[in-house]
Amino acid sequence: MSEELLRLENLSIDYKVKDGYLSAVNDVNCVVNKGEVFAIVGESGCGKSTVAHSIMNLLPGGNEEISGKIIFKGKDLRECTRQEMEAIRGKEIGMIFQNPLDSLNPVYKVGDQMAEAILLDKVDKQEAWNRVIKLFKDVKMPDAEERVNSFPHELSGGMRQRVMIAMMLSRNPELLIADEPTTALDVTIEAQILQIMKELKDKFNTAIMLITHNFGLVAEIADKIGIMYAGEMIESGDVFEIFAHPTHPYTQLLMQALPSKTKAEGRLKTIDGSVPRITEKKPGCRFANRCPYAKEICFNENPEAVFVGEGHYCRCHMVGKEEK
Amino acid sequence: MVLVICVSFLVFSLMYMMPGDPVDMVVDRKVSLERKAEIAHELGYDQPFFTQYKNWVKGVIHGDFGRSTRYKSDVWDLMGARIPYSLKLCGWSLVIELLIALPLGLLCAMKKDGFFDRFTVNFSLLMTAVPAFWLGALFILLFAVKLGWLPISGYSGIKNYILPVATTVLSGMGGTLRITKTEVLEVFNEKYVTTAYAKGLPKRTVMIKHVLRNALVLVTTLVFMSIPWLISGAVVIEKIFGLPGMGNLLLNSIIVQDMPVVQAVLLLIAILTVICNLISDIVMGILDPRIRVSLSGGDN
Repeated sequence: MSEELLRLENLSIDYKVKDGYLSAVNDVNCVVNKGEVFAIVGESGCGKSTVAHSIMNLLPGGNEEISGKIIFKGKDLRECTRQEMEAIRGKEIGMIFQNPLDSLNPVYKVGDQMAEAILLDKVDKQEAWNRVIKLFKDVKMPDAEERVNSFPHELSGGMRQRVMIAMMLSRNPELLIADEPTTALDVTIEAQILQIMKELKDKFNTAIMLITHNFGLVAEIADKIGIMYAGEMIESGDVFEIFAHPTHPYTQLLMQALPSKTKAEGRLKTIDGSVPRITEKKPGCRFANRCPYAKEICFNENPEAVFVGEGHYCRCHMVGKEEK
Repeated sequence: MVLVICVSFLVFSLMYMMPGDPVDMVVDRKVSLERKAEIAHELGYDQPFFTQYKNWVKGVIHGDFGRSTRYKSDVWDLMGARIPYSLKLCGWSLVIELLIALPLGLLCAMKKDGFFDRFTVNFSLLMTAVPAFWLGALFILLFAVKLGWLPISGYSGIKNYILPVATTVLSGMGGTLRITKTEVLEVFNEKYVTTAYAKGLPKRTVMIKHVLRNALVLVTTLVFMSIPWLISGAVVIEKIFGLPGMGNLLLNSIIVQDMPVVQAVLLLIAILTVICNLISDIVMGILDPRIRVSLSGGDN
């Protein structure tokens, strides 16, 4: 269970913009083990998707600068050539995107699009086609035999996301990166997709890196969680541990902002302020301007990740010092 | 169909309103007025405008375009002899233009803002900006007169087509190339291209099967729409290179006011335009299943 699959080491990604650099991701460390679900949670624009795309080396290209390591099965993906990367994509790491509505090519039948991926493994066409139909049944597609001949526009959003999941699992990758797989779908479909992902995870023992801003989803499926804020992973660890004892002020505030089903307490709590746009590297905690506990040190020094408990890290000056 | 009728009417009235008497072009200046009136009567020019139009349409529907006043032969035969030349010129130009412009457009988009891209785009822009007749004349000067590699004009063999085709291709290529490039760049940003990469497809497959294939939907339409332009451009080219095609016939007939011929040629071009539009719609339906649905009224 605890065999390491993917490790991000000091991953930083800067986008070159007109007025300098935009720090999208800063010094992110995390480990995803085999067969485990690691959830990355954070607000919009905090760098979650950038992390996901950088693992696949699928960033738009041209204006980003990456430093740090992305180690997958002991190999740094950043040093891979294009051919090596092409061999890894789909085969060892699959990826599902946020919006299933335009993630499929509108001019090909969905079955053909899936078969295209399977055929990369040098199987014959009939065999590939059978596997497509079997996978469609795995993702609980109604009328699987007929739906393979549909064009994407003939399917609903939920069905298209099922196609995407089936497509990305078609070559049994060991890691599935799901970039907000249910954001564009409604709640009932979300529950179904979640159920499918859970079942497939157990069936194929696929590790999942789940990117979301939905804590409900995290509680439902994740083993470990990493909370990102303004490009930094401010807290990471076991999901139960963090839900029970959030240590970083941001996590604590987030938990308080969740709706509780037991009490009707009027309006939900919110966190004041908004995420800063980080264009220059200046010292200090990135959450300092919104943190209710911020002290002078928070504005002047960058906090290091502090070991809190087993596998539980937190990036805050206050952690571990409160007792003293 | 309505369009064809409108064009036929317009063409007919334009020719009718043209200054000068078509009879003057047929006969010698010294012929008496009585004889002229006789000839006009023979050709039907003395009748009221609408009667003339009615007679002409009647003839066209029965496949009879009338007789050329100048060549004294059936218009249909006259055109039949010349269509192959024009068809060869336009057909080859179109094929070669596509073979060059599509891959170049894709390459330019892939290496956007590089030297190759800038050079190709600017060069093709220059070629589009330069009038085709001037380019043609330049080619004649260089390859036919100075170097003597190719014949100046006439139609004795394939060699005669090289210069006219090259001229047409160069002047038409720019548009197609830039449209391809823009479309490809647009498709680059589509999510399904990222999906295709994420599936593990090699770059070349992604480029051809996903990017170019989707970009082609619009490009094909525009290419078919440009065929009438190609034909009107060919009118001038044929004249310069002395190819006895439809364009040449049209120009000469306008000059001598050979009404039946002009009308027939223009009508043919109008019909061709309508057909091209129709074909482009059909091809678009074949290329893009989403359009197929709306064409068939949403049926499966």
